[in-house]
Order: sequence, then C-alpha cells, then structure tokens
Amino acid sequence: MKNRGLAFKLVALILSGTAAVFLTAFSYYYRCSEKSVMANVEKNTRNLAHSTVHEIETVLMGVEKPARNFATLLSMGRQETDDVARYTECISSSNPEIFGTAISFEPYAMDRQSYYFLDYCYREADGRLARTRLGSDSYDYFTLDWYQIPKVLDRATWSEPYFDEGGGNIMMATFSVPFYREMDGTREFQGIICVDISLLWLKNIVSALKVYQTGHAFLISRNGTFITHPYSSLIMGHTVFSVAEGSGDDSLRRIGQDMIRGGEGLVALEGNPLSRARAWMYYAPMSSTGWSLAIVIPEDELYSDIRRLGRQVILIGLGGLLLMSVLIVVIANRITKPLRSLACSTVDIARGNLDTELPGIRTGDEIGRLTASFASMRVALKEYITNLTETTAAKEKYESELKIARSIQMSFLPKRFPPIAEKGNFEIFARLEPAREIGGDLYDFSLLDDDHIFFAVGDVSDKGIPAALFMAVVKTLMKGIAEAGMEPSEILKKTNVELCRDNDSMMFVTVFCGVLDLKTGSLRYSNAGHDPPIIIRRDRGTEWLAVPDGLVLGAMEESDYETKEIELRPGDKILVYTDGVTEAMSPGKELYSEVRLMEAVKSSSSDSAEKLTLEIMDAVVEFASGAPQSDDITVLALTFGSPKGPLVAQ
Amino acid sequence: MLLWLRAMHRAVFITLLLSTVALPLMSLTGGAELHAKDLEKISFIPQWEPQAQFAGYYVAYEKGLYKAQGLEVTMLRGGPGKPSAGMLAGGGADFATMFLSTGIQERARGAPLINIAQVMRRSGFLLITRKSSGIDTPRDMEGKKIGLWGAELRLQPTAFLKKYDVHVKIVPQCYTINLFLRGGVDIASAMLYNEYHTVLNAGVNPEDLVVFSLADYGINFPEDGLYCLEKTYKQNPATCCRFVLASLQGWKYAFEHPEEALDIVMKYVNEANIATNRQHQKWMLDHMRELIYPSDTITPAGELSESDYTAVARELKAGGLIDGIPSFSDFFVNCVRADEK
Repeated sequence: MKNRGLAFKLVALILSGTAAVFLTAFSYYYRCSEKSVMANVEKNTRNLAHSTVHEIETVLMGVEKPARNFATLLSMGRQETDDVARYTECISSSNPEIFGTAISFEPYAMDRQSYYFLDYCYREADGRLARTRLGSDSYDYFTLDWYQIPKVLDRATWSEPYFDEGGGNIMMATFSVPFYREMDGTREFQGIICVDISLLWLKNIVSALKVYQTGHAFLISRNGTFITHPYSSLIMGHTVFSVAEGSGDDSLRRIGQDMIRGGEGLVALEGNPLSRARAWMYYAPMSSTGWSLAIVIPEDELYSDIRRLGRQVILIGLGGLLLMSVLIVVIANRITKPLRSLACSTVDIARGNLDTELPGIRTGDEIGRLTASFASMRVALKEYITNLTETTAAKEKYESELKIARSIQMSFLPKRFPPIAEKGNFEIFARLEPAREIGGDLYDFSLLDDDHIFFAVGDVSDKGIPAALFMAVVKTLMKGIAEAGMEPSEILKKTNVELCRDNDSMMFVTVFCGVLDLKTGSLRYSNAGHDPPIIIRRDRGTEWLAVPDGLVLGAMEESDYETKEIELRPGDKILVYTDGVTEAMSPGKELYSEVRLMEAVKSSSSDSAEKLTLEIMDAVVEFASGAPQSDDITVLALTFGSPKGPLVAQ
Repeated sequence: MLLWLRAMHRAVFITLLLSTVALPLMSLTGGAELHAKDLEKISFIPQWEPQAQFAGYYVAYEKGLYKAQGLEVTMLRGGPGKPSAGMLAGGGADFATMFLSTGIQERARGAPLINIAQVMRRSGFLLITRKSSGIDTPRDMEGKKIGLWGAELRLQPTAFLKKYDVHVKIVPQCYTINLFLRGGVDIASAMLYNEYHTVLNAGVNPEDLVVFSLADYGINFPEDGLYCLEKTYKQNPATCCRFVLASLQGWKYAFEHPEEALDIVMKYVNEANIATNRQHQKWMLDHMRELIYPSDTITPAGELSESDYTAVARELKAGGLIDGIPSFSDFFVNCVRADEK
C-alpha cells in the first residue's frame, strides 16, 4: 500500500469505506427483515395452531358431551340393565364418529350377583352396531388405564392413543368419565363410561394443514408419543423423548417437556430427526386431552424470499462498487497525470540532469505551484552547480601550487647526513614531518671547517606561504652568515639584523643553533626564543640544556644574543626539537608535553642519533594516533664521538 | 379398549391350535434316536410380548444356534392372556420363560414344571417416585399411594415394605405406567429395563425421580428363568440342556453384537405391531446385561443359587401364596453344571 500509486490508494480507501457502509446498511436491513419475517411466522403459526387445536377440540367435545351427559344421568338415579344398554347403543348410533361406547361398574355396583359388569356397544367392520357383555377373570377391567386413571384421578380423562389390533389397526383413543352416586350425603364412585373414537380423521386434519410449501405439523400425546407425523415410523412407536435420546439432542427433550407440560411458543430446531435442516417450530397445547400440536417450518423456506432479495441487493451493491472503482480510477488518473509526469521529470533532475524540461504549467492549483517551484529549484540548482564547479577548479589549482611550494621548501633542507665513518667522531640526524598545511620549521647543519660543525633548528611564527618564504630566507641567511670561527650568538645577531631590515610582514622565527668542536667536544650554542634542547650524557644523566635568554629573530634589530658552552664527552647527545613535538595533540586533546618527551628520551637506549630521532618521531605519532597534525614536527639529534669509543675525547 | 378384547380372543385360539398340533409332534420325536439331519422339533414361548427382554432367545433362533444344537424351535409369541405356566401345563409350549417367583408358585401348587436355567440372576425390580413427592428413604413411603402389580409380582415390593415396616395405600397397577405419569399414585412399580425407561421417555428426567432398586435393599427376586415340564426333562434331558446351552449362547452373542441383536428384536417387535421403538429396546438390552451377568455374582450364568431360591420361596410362603416350599433339588436341574462335566 505504502508504495502503491495514488490512484490505487484512492480506490482502496474509497471502496473499502463504501463497502463498509454498504455492508452495515445491508446487514441491518437483513436483520430487520429476518425479525419481521419471524414475527409474521410466529403470528401465522400461532393462528394456524390455535385454529387447528380448536377444530380438533370441537370434534373431541362432540364426543365428550354424550359421555358426560350419560354420566350425569347415571348419577341422578339407579338405572336398569336394559336402559343402560340401550343408552350405550343410542350414543353410538347417534354419533357416527364414536366407534364404541361402554359402561362399566365397580364390583357388584350394578348387579349384586355379578362382580363384573361391562356393557360394550361397538361398530362392526360393515358399520352395523353390535353389543357384547365383557368383564371376567381373564378380562379384569378394573386395572386398565381407561377405568383406573379416571377413577383414581376423580375426573374425566382421555387415554393415551393406542392401536386397535383387531379393528384393522386403527389408531384409537378413549374418553372416560367416572360417575358417582350420592349415598347418605357421601359421593360414592360407581363406574366409568367410556367412548372410543378412531383417530383417523385427526391424521387427516393435521396432515392437511398447509404450512408454507414444505412445512408440516404433528401431534403428540400427553406422554410425548407421536399421534400424527409425516414420518409414519414415528407414530405410536416413538415419543419426542425417544427421538431426542436416539439423536442425543437434549434441547429437543426440553422442548418436549414444555410441550407435554402445556407450554406454547416458537422454538428453533437444529438438525434432528424431526427436521433434518434447521427449522422453526410453533407448538400449542390441546387442553382437553393434554396433547400438543406442533407446526414445523424449515428455516430455508422462511427466509427464502429475503435471502433471494438479499442476494440481489448484494449483486447490485457489488456492481455499484465495480462501477465506482472504474470511475475512481479514471478520476484519479486525471488528477495524478501531471503529478506523474512531474515525478518522471524530477527523477531525471534527481539523477543530476538539470537540463530536463519540466511539464508546462497549465493550472494554478497545487500541482501547478509545485511544478513552478520545481522549475525555479532547477534553475537555482544549475547556477549553484556552475559556481561550485568553478570554485572547485580554483581550489584544486591553489592546492596543487601549494604542494609544489611545499616540495620546493623541503628541498632547502639538507638531505644527506654525514656518516660517522667520514669523520669518525660525530653523527647527526634530523627529521621534519610537515603538517598538512605548509609550515615554517627548519633545520640545518654544515661543517664550518674540519673540526667544527654548525647546526640549527628553527620555527617560523605563522603558517602558509609567507612562513615558507620567511623560512627560506632565514635558512639562506644563516647559511650565508655562518663561517668558521664565528660565535653562535654572532650568527644569530647578524641574521636578526638582516631579517629586521625591511621586515614589513612582522614575521619572526625562533632558532637554536650551536657549533660543536669535534676535537674537544666543546659545544658553544646560542638561543633565540627556541625551546631548550635535551642533553643526553652517556654516563651522567639526561637533562634540559640551560639556554641563554634571547629574543626571537626578526622582532627587534637591536636584539643581542649570548653564547654558552658546555663540554660534551664522547657518546653524549643533544636533541633539538620544535614545539610541534611538545604540542602534538592526542585525539583526547591532550598535549604531548615536555614531560612525555623527557620520559621518551630517558627510556630510549639507542646509541645512534638516527635511531633516537626516529624513536621520538614514532612516539609522537603513536601519541597522536591519527589525530590531525597541526604543526610541523622537527627533531634533530647530534652525537659527539663514536658511541662505542672511549669516554675521553681524543 | 377393544385392544384387550381382541387380544384375548386370539390368545385362546392360539392356545387351542398349539395344544392340538404341537404336542403330538413332540411326543413323536421325544425319545427317538436322531439322525444328523433330523432336528428335534420343540416350541418355546417367552412370558411376554416380543421385546429385548427375550433378545437372547430370538438371537439364538435367528443365528441358528438352536439348529446347531439339533433343535428346530417354534418361537411362539407371548403376551397377556398367555401365561407361560399355563402354556406349559396345557402343552402349548415345551419351553417357556417365567419369573422365579412364578415358577416356585406353580410348582408349589402342584404344576409339574422345573427350572432348567435361571437366566436373570439379579432382580430389575424398582420402586420409583417423583422427587417432588418428598420420598427419599423407604420410611418416607408411609401412608403413600403405591402402584403394585398383581399376584406374585406383588411379593417382592411387599417384602420390601415389610422390611421397613411401612404401610401404604395399594393401587393395582396393570400394563402401563400412565397412572403414575398422571400423578394418580406417588410410587410405582417399574422394571429397570422397561417401565423405568418408559417414564424417562415420557419426558421425566432421571434427576426428578427417586429410585429404590429392591435388590440393593437385599430383596433380590431373580426374574426370568427357563422352564419345562418335569416330564419333558425326564424324557430327554439332553434336549433340555441343549436348549439351555443354545439360549445362553444366544444371550452371549446378543451382548457381543448388540446392534445385530436389536435388528432381530425389532423384526419380532414389528411383526407383532408393538408400540415401542429401537431406543427403548436398546435400553432394555443394555440393562439385561446387568441382570443376566451381574458383577457381584460368581455363580455361572444359568445357575440358580439355592439361597436366592430359598429367599424367594420363604417370602412366597410368608405372603400366603404358597403353603409349602418345594425342595430345591426337585425344582432346579443344573444343565450348566451337567454341561461342564
């Protein structure tokens, strides 16, 4: 997403926003539709259930009434056997839906001679009425449900439905009414009147119920036994609870319990043997019999309309989104086209091609202003780069000249160090490590005659070309002035006078110089503001050389200098250096200092001047450890006599 | 109502038919030497309508276990109005099942029948009550209405009530448990393998019931056993014991293959058009196992323990249903042990 184009981002954001709004609205609409469908279903099924229950109960009431009337009649007074029999026949004949009518008495209640009395009038297979007298030791009716239950419960009851085996396997139910006789103010149970009815018509009513397209209805008894059901294998053989047990469906068991308890309501049925797919069931009780009627509608059918509509709405929505995405792509392309060409041009510019033409400015909007800014930036960049090129060329030229100047400067310094072998009694070695900038250190030495060597180390104030030129002047002057027999102070004085003359640039130089008598080891020396050298005696320790006071050269014409003298013995050394050594800086901005220099010198065990010089240079370089060098570093060492020779001068 | 009437008529008819046909057949084959191919023709009647209570016998028949023992068995349909003892005595059947208490009673009355195997060795007799009736212990039954079956089936609960010295109002209970379901009685008699499950499948939850299993209270009247006439046994003891053996094999097979056994039971149930269902028969078969092979009994299946016999006979005598206790050795023939030898 981050790296996608603007058009893509626009499409993604707008489409996902719109889709979210659409989905929210759609699901809200769908929920509401479902709710209203369910409300309708509940209302319709409730009405249907109630009207069906009413229809069934009307028939049952029609059967109950003659039985109840008969019971009332019997309670009013004692009847003769024939009357009773005639009445049972009358009930059967005048109520075609009644299959049989029976009157049964408690032991000896009808006939004092007879333990059993049961008169039964029933319909033969051809429809004719027939009568029989039942009740015997092998048909002890007192413990049968149709007799015992109403007797014990003391009220009229409907039996559980049963199959009449003999009469063509018709499902039957029996309505039993107890009757009583008033005896001495107490009511005494006399017997039971019962009517049998076929439940065939019930099946017709229930299966005729039109419940939507694929819905169905069923009826269960007080024990939960199926009285009617589209699956005939369930009828009579199963109860709601055995079905629940068979499918391990506890919710169905709870629903069944509510049904036989006389409950009513709409419930969802998850896939079970009663409704393969998810379905809704409305059940209502039949109060006279304790049965329950249920209407089952597959959910698919209930929602088929709104689901179809829902699918259409989704399709329309998807089509709309597609159309919208095309529109957005077109619009986004139009907006971003100048941006894209600007982006292409600036890529070229970014690569350094400042001659690339920017797209023409056609509008005054953000993109127009951006293009204008890019155009002026391009011009400014071009100018800047031109200037930069020129400056760089100038700088390079200057630096190359400086480099040449430097090498010329270095070529002034003596390169060849006279070996010990030549004279056999001294060794001199010097090293000048120039700083990056051109600087003003110098050293020099030369033999004034066979027995005297002149040496000097100087440091011009300031840096750069003037310092280099001044250094050249100083070196040339000293070289010209120094000659055999001259005191070092005299050399300095004369050099100073020369330098002070016409010294408009007000530059100066510190110099230490000395003349060593190679025969005697007498070192005469003078100093013009230079750092004191170190004298290293072969057997008497190492120390700073005491130098006479003297002003730097080139400052005042009248300056005077003093010569001092010390005696060197063979093997003694003198180390002269510039402040580039003591002021060398470590990366931690620490100075190398005189203390460290002294330690380095003391710890050195080198006999040779060359080795000592290089050791000191190495020590300084190590101390600086890569920190930029700000000043020239010069070290010069002179050894008197052969280092291995006798301690006494020859 | 007509149901009972018609059933009655048919029972009488079948009884007559069988006594004229089956008896001569049996006497023909009874003592004769059998060829390998010749099967002995015998008949068998369970004491009630087809259900899983008799699964072992149906399975033995359908799986050819009887034939394997050289027996060609005619399976008769039992039911109300066809008492086993009557069928044996009248020659309607050669072999029958019966409750032990019925068997002892018949024997004491002089019927010449003997027990050739005590198949169920633990009683499945329960007294059940709704929790809401407040009966938690036997003593809580005092003064309550109780539904009791008739005749010898009343003895076991009566012994129980006597043991706890409670007095109850007895309401005769017959074929259904509906009176209890309608609230007509507080306590009902129920067999673990039958009525108890009927109550559960009429929507009553087990946790809403309090169940007293009489065997748990030391009143164990083992139920179904196999019976025949003494005469039948004397004529051909081997036949009787082969019948017992095959029947027990049938039970074993039924418990090892419960689904197949149920298929067989359902076939008989459907032929008899009995209002029941597979779940109920499954329950029945499952619970028959506990009663036929109780975990707390060491006697082999089919053997009647003398102590059980004595306990039941004593209660029968105490209840006034028999005058004297028949001798155990006359009453029971141990085919299982004979077979082991």
